[in-house]
Amino acid sequence: MKSFFKDLEYFSDYIALTTQSEQITYSALIEEIKALSMHIRNRDLVFLICENSIESIVGYLTCLREGYIPLLIGSSIDEILLQNLIKTYKPSYIWTNRDFEWALDEWKTVYKNRSFHLLEKINNFQHIFHEDLAALLMTSGSTGSPILVRLSYENLNQNAISITQSLSITRDDTPITTLPMNYTYGLSIINSHLLNGCEIILTELSIISKEFWDIINTKNVTTFGGVPYTYQMLKRLNFEKLNLGKISKLTQAGGKLDTNLIKYFSEHCFNKGIQFFVMYGQTEATARMSCLPANDSMRKLGSIGLPIAKGEFFLIDEANKIISEPEVVGELYYRGPNVSMGYAYSVEDFKKGDENNGVLATGDMAKKDSDGYYYIVGRKKRFIKIFGNRISLDEIENILLKNYITAVCAGVDDKLLIYTTQESGLNDIRLLISTKIGIHQSAISVNFIPEFPRNESGKILYSKLQVN
Amino acid sequence: MTNKEKYDQVFIESFSITADQLNENLVYQSVQQWDSIGHMGMVAALEEAFDIMMETDDIIDFGSYNKGVELLAKYNVVI
Repeated sequence: MKSFFKDLEYFSDYIALTTQSEQITYSALIEEIKALSMHIRNRDLVFLICENSIESIVGYLTCLREGYIPLLIGSSIDEILLQNLIKTYKPSYIWTNRDFEWALDEWKTVYKNRSFHLLEKINNFQHIFHEDLAALLMTSGSTGSPILVRLSYENLNQNAISITQSLSITRDDTPITTLPMNYTYGLSIINSHLLNGCEIILTELSIISKEFWDIINTKNVTTFGGVPYTYQMLKRLNFEKLNLGKISKLTQAGGKLDTNLIKYFSEHCFNKGIQFFVMYGQTEATARMSCLPANDSMRKLGSIGLPIAKGEFFLIDEANKIISEPEVVGELYYRGPNVSMGYAYSVEDFKKGDENNGVLATGDMAKKDSDGYYYIVGRKKRFIKIFGNRISLDEIENILLKNYITAVCAGVDDKLLIYTTQESGLNDIRLLISTKIGIHQSAISVNFIPEFPRNESGKILYSKLQVN
Repeated sequence: MTNKEKYDQVFIESFSITADQLNENLVYQSVQQWDSIGHMGMVAALEEAFDIMMETDDIIDFGSYNKGVELLAKYNVVI
């Protein structure tokens, strides 16, 4: 099996990574990986504070090639949350471009590359890792107590291979980063293109900046991905009139895009000769599980498509029986080689092998049509997706409770509704939650409610809240 | 409310900032809430406040508090 991190040598003189100021080949990338790996002792835990930069990719690939275990963390992480992660998981190294005052006593800088430095823990903790464990990702929207997803080498490679097939990725594809690298979908775009020896354009710029579109047009970018919010912004930027240069493929995942928008993008992409792929995924499945072929996007409007290569969906009813007939709703299950090994709640869990046996209960309710295309119709559990991040409503209530605020939460995708019985300080609640979960305040609305709607046994009637 | 007051109010509310932060140093990503999501919210709020519809080029060029004053002039909004 081809490996996106082991077989980099194969592409030697091809351009691997391009930033606004630099360009490096696959060979040069390997040299940088070797240099960094000299400073990490053995199969240790490395926190990668990621941004879309050469240094971050070097850190990530160094870990995978040399058998160190990376935990990918977003660069905007709240300091308290980061310290919690350090306390819980006890990393031996941190690869970052941030300066941490608290690190002065217990950490020393052992290596530097451009803006990044490698911090090594003095008196580090000795972890025991399962031999299949390759990398750790945070479940999206991790809040108070961060839960990690354990991914194997097999998970990462199989998903990169399947996605290559679904999207027909070749070396002619040139992606630009539009999502954080620590976010499963962003990472999978990087993995699947490294597998094919592509040139990857790395940037932290957003699609709302002029410089981003300058890069699209000057660097011959052919593809990028986006969560529903990305497509809402593209619509507002008059996608139909935008100069998209050589863009030939767009992908959408990270939540359900409004049907009208799917229609809009399907039509305008078709007119522009761009393939538009709607996909479906979860961190627990390494990244993506299904893809709606671009030519089907109008015919199968709103569908998440067909499972990726080597993957399989099935639906389970309330009696735990497999549903075989079409148009019947049940919980969506996925089976495939990209299903993660399980979660980690503490360092002890790093020893564990595969607990999922290739099967994932997605928590989404779905149905299939008579042609075998799947459609998500709702969710089993109380969570919503905000800007592509899964947010547990129960967890938000817990955070509020810990801050002595009595409140209940409801919401739809991209809109979290908090109802509280306190009359003042509503904006403070909004800012608190925005900071704690790292979600922009505009997606959060805090409302006063004289009392919570309850049924006779005192249980909160969440359905009554949503209506308000 | 004058146009200047309306303009300032949009920034204060969109980015949860205070009046003393409204100056030439207020640029995209200089405050936590002015990210891409905050940006689109601010544009929508300005459009509503002044009853205008901004062009794509102006939305992506709107990199600062000061730049916005210049751009809005195109829509006959004098701050």
